[in-house]
Amino acid sequence: MTYAADVAALARKDLLLELRARETLPAMALFVLSALTVFHFALPATSSDLAAKGLLWVAIVFTALVGLQRAFVVEREHGVIDGLVLAPCDRSAIWLGKALAVLGFLAAVEVIALPAYSIFFSPVDGPTIAAVALADLGICAVGTFVAATAASSRTRELVLPLLFLPLVIPVVIGGVGASVAGGSARYLGFLALYDAVFAIICWASFEYVVTE
Amino acid sequence: MIRARGVGRRYGAKHVLRGVDLDLPAGGFLLVTGPNGSGKTTLLRMIAGLQIPTAGELEVAADRGRVGFLSHQPLLYPQLTAAENLDLYGRLYRVPERRERIGMLLERFGLWDARNERVAAYSRGMQQRLALCRALLHEPELLVLDEPYTALDAAGEELVDRELAERHATVVCATHDPGRVEHLATARLAFA
Repeated sequence: MTYAADVAALARKDLLLELRARETLPAMALFVLSALTVFHFALPATSSDLAAKGLLWVAIVFTALVGLQRAFVVEREHGVIDGLVLAPCDRSAIWLGKALAVLGFLAAVEVIALPAYSIFFSPVDGPTIAAVALADLGICAVGTFVAATAASSRTRELVLPLLFLPLVIPVVIGGVGASVAGGSARYLGFLALYDAVFAIICWASFEYVVTE
Repeated sequence: MIRARGVGRRYGAKHVLRGVDLDLPAGGFLLVTGPNGSGKTTLLRMIAGLQIPTAGELEVAADRGRVGFLSHQPLLYPQLTAAENLDLYGRLYRVPERRERIGMLLERFGLWDARNERVAAYSRGMQQRLALCRALLHEPELLVLDEPYTALDAAGEELVDRELAERHATVVCATHDPGRVEHLATARLAFA
């Protein structure tokens, strides 16, 4: 119960900060709409829906990256991470609180992105929405972990995409598979497995990211 | 409370601290002095548990949640108000009767009227006062203070003097103004 309260306090803090600063969400929303617009004009009119579905996943992954770049900015610039690390709470709560906040931002942006995709390309079906929901969990779990790792690096702007993109290749494979293949259940199961495995790894090892 | 034997720290090939020995019993007051870059902050961060020595042995008999740490940075979220920042830390540090404790500290440090203002709008001196409130919030057993008088006006300096004089915690204090706390010190560490 205490752990859940810590996570809730940390996630609430991030949502409040975003509500006040309005830096991350507008940037993510603008990015995903811009990307889908560019894809709309870049993709030949004769292209199949399959190609367009692939581009949806490209847009989602890079939009998440935009949000993750800012995930630990305040903690890094103002040294707040020291105060959080010294608190007696389980340090994985810092990761989980942040991951939930990033998940909230990504889900909010997708509320705009999926209808925009439907307008530009084709309607989004149930398996695709389910795949996006499952992919979001994995993206936020892994992305938040990597963002915290990169935050302590001088070359953080380079480190984050270099670590994050290879790690989410399975998410893209599962997401595209669930969106375009006949048997989407197999791919949704794969995404759920990815989420579970990586969430456990990130949860268990986050302490080593924020301490020496 | 603190025992150090040959404690050192290096970043890559650069040694920022070498061969520190000290014994500080519970309730003691360690005054750390020295010029910029002499390793004071590094030592304080190691005592607080934020860094690990690369040489020697350092034992600190205080649990993680029982250390109050005042850094060069206030460790506060600028877009949150003073009350919101302290409330977050109060929750994470499991402060009993949190609201009362926060109210009492804000009153004591002269920030009560500005409690609902965002920290970004605070002057540097007000941020330092709030950082002191944050460090004291959970009534730490060990108080690690890195330049506690930075940016404070005369009234703020007197508040810190009073707080330190009435302390119950073990204190490690690095300052460029040792005269203010010299009379409280039970141990001294001077870096060259």
